[in-house]
Amino acid sequence: MIKRRNFLGSLAAVALLAGCTGGAGDDPADSGEVTGAITVLTNRTDLATGALPAYAKKFEAKYPGTKVSFEAVTNYEGDVTTQLSSGDYGDVLLIPNTVAVGQLAQFFEPLGGTEELKAKYRFVDEKAYDGQVYGLSIGGVANGLVVNKRVWAEAGITAPPKTPEEFLAGLQAVKAKTQAVPFYTNYKDGWPLSFFNSQRAILADPAINEKFPADPAPWQPGKVEYVTDGLLFDLVHAGLSEKDPLTTNWEGSKPMIATGKVATMLLGSWAVPQMRDAAKAAGANPEDIAFWPFPVQTGGKFHSRIEGDYKAGVSKSSENKATARAWLDWFVTESGFAADQQAIPPAVGQPLPRALQDFQDTGVELVELPAATTNAGKEDQIIKESEIDLAGNIYRQKLVDIARGAAKGDKDSYFAELNERWGKAQAQVMK
Amino acid sequence: MRGRNAHWFYLAPALALLITFTYVPVGNMVWYSFHQWDGLDPVMEPAGLDNYVRVFTDERYWRVFLISLYYFVASFAQIAIALYFAVVLSFSTRFRNLFKGILFFPYLLNGVAVGFVFLYLFQPDGTLDSVLRLVGLGGHTQYWLGDPDVANISLAGTSVWRFTGLSFVLFLGAIQSIPGEIYEAADLDGANRWHQFRFIIAPGIRRIISLSFILAISGSLAVFEIPFIMTGGANGTRTFVIQAYETAFQFRQIGLASAMAVVLLLIVLLVTWIQRRLLPDEEVTLT
Repeated sequence: MIKRRNFLGSLAAVALLAGCTGGAGDDPADSGEVTGAITVLTNRTDLATGALPAYAKKFEAKYPGTKVSFEAVTNYEGDVTTQLSSGDYGDVLLIPNTVAVGQLAQFFEPLGGTEELKAKYRFVDEKAYDGQVYGLSIGGVANGLVVNKRVWAEAGITAPPKTPEEFLAGLQAVKAKTQAVPFYTNYKDGWPLSFFNSQRAILADPAINEKFPADPAPWQPGKVEYVTDGLLFDLVHAGLSEKDPLTTNWEGSKPMIATGKVATMLLGSWAVPQMRDAAKAAGANPEDIAFWPFPVQTGGKFHSRIEGDYKAGVSKSSENKATARAWLDWFVTESGFAADQQAIPPAVGQPLPRALQDFQDTGVELVELPAATTNAGKEDQIIKESEIDLAGNIYRQKLVDIARGAAKGDKDSYFAELNERWGKAQAQVMK
Repeated sequence: MRGRNAHWFYLAPALALLITFTYVPVGNMVWYSFHQWDGLDPVMEPAGLDNYVRVFTDERYWRVFLISLYYFVASFAQIAIALYFAVVLSFSTRFRNLFKGILFFPYLLNGVAVGFVFLYLFQPDGTLDSVLRLVGLGGHTQYWLGDPDVANISLAGTSVWRFTGLSFVLFLGAIQSIPGEIYEAADLDGANRWHQFRFIIAPGIRRIISLSFILAISGSLAVFEIPFIMTGGANGTRTFVIQAYETAFQFRQIGLASAMAVVLLLIVLLVTWIQRRLLPDEEVTLT
């Protein structure tokens, strides 16, 4: 039980590194020509020795004299955040989500104006501040339900449910007629719960990101958090999720949905190829895996939010910014990386991958929600201040605990508490 | 190197390490605790005592200390088990070296590995449930981590399993430093094993027992890796240190988290001080 040291140790590491913070600023070594060596940080440890160097070869052929090497980081968010404060973080890197939009200019080179880049790229406003873009998406995803449609068909449902009630009835039917767990929350690993935050498009309000921080009580009937978190509460409360959420396992959940032991999970479209691979590995039919929209319709239509996955930027302390920029542009437009990953291509006008075309063909409108501009960064501040991790899992795990009867309270009392905590922090941040 | 200051020469490396890796970071932590800082921004906003006020007034921060009680109670079991085996194995018992090894082994395992092993043990239809069924106690299976009434007990049990070996080794070493003639004399006087424990061993190792209690209290206030790995603090198992970790690295409030760490440090120092006052460190005599 003697563990205090480790904690202090990690704070100490932060402390030591923080001593040498400071941007490198303009560098005389940067000649402005596309030549020389650059280092690219990536979170894709699985691609760092095979696929990524193959892209680099093509780039080096187009720009002779360049050399691209990769540095794969397993614990990307945490490790790179620490690296940022040390000033040494490669030439091109994915922007960690820990960097608040207001801080982007401290660590990354501006890539151009939002309006100007919007014509060429999708998702440019997600890492932009004051009209300047600091990161380009390397591929976009849609949000919705990954389902095993064979299991749903066994329960008598072949089309995506249109309302939360219909969805709950569908899960009930799955429970009654099949052996499958109707909905798998992945509570233990936690981050899959955050996809309940990725459904903001369902109300078809393009200004929602701007309005969100202005709202002191987002868990009120009719508001988006009430709809999405409420659905999570209701389905857990009705016993339609896994029996012991504390022992779920993300890697284990892939073969489970692939073979029909689980019927539904709320994730991004990026999960579809992974589940299909798991089906192949388990000897099941990959075509069983389908992607359905979140069960809410507005104006008689489904809406699914599409957003950029990680955004890549050029390091402010890079000594070879010209090559770094050339790589970034080439990688997002010409490499074919997004298509290889079944992701939405970041360049405007390139075709959608097949899985998403099927999804769109079911009548779903894909919506790109503009990021907040006048309230830029406010939402993150409220999250920090209230410690309600909207984009995370901590408060949603509590929600699941209450719903399954493992913690005190009910839906109304917990939503009231959330509204109060959020409102208090919101009043401070927005004053 | 015979001058008056020669001792500094020999002390310097140790002092340098101690200052660099203990006192400077702690100093930094105290400094952060009076600021609002997200760990990245070059500018730290001075916050005065705000962070401390928040730790003490917001129920969510100090309530997590109650979880420590589970680990504190469990540490009594840990000390009792360790003491029992230390006494038994300090007399000649068959396979005693084997048993010593078995008891000490869990402490050698990495805490992360322990977490994962017990995660499988506690799964529904996992190892523990299978064993219970095998011995005809199938009716007692439950959600060892999923049931909030049981989860903390399961985690505290894991902690006992892991740290008993450490207490055991401390006790064993202390017991073996008691001269063997004393037992012989006691035997001649007709003392049985219990008498020997009561009047020779227990007084002989009281310093170590008292040390174990200090470690138990500070340890149970600072539980981190077992619940962090096994439940991530969900289902009512969030300890003070997990809360501090989340504050620092999930919510990027390094200042507030530092204040929590300082508070924890002060509480541990205070508890230790009180304990030393209540149980003064007397010289042990066995005559």
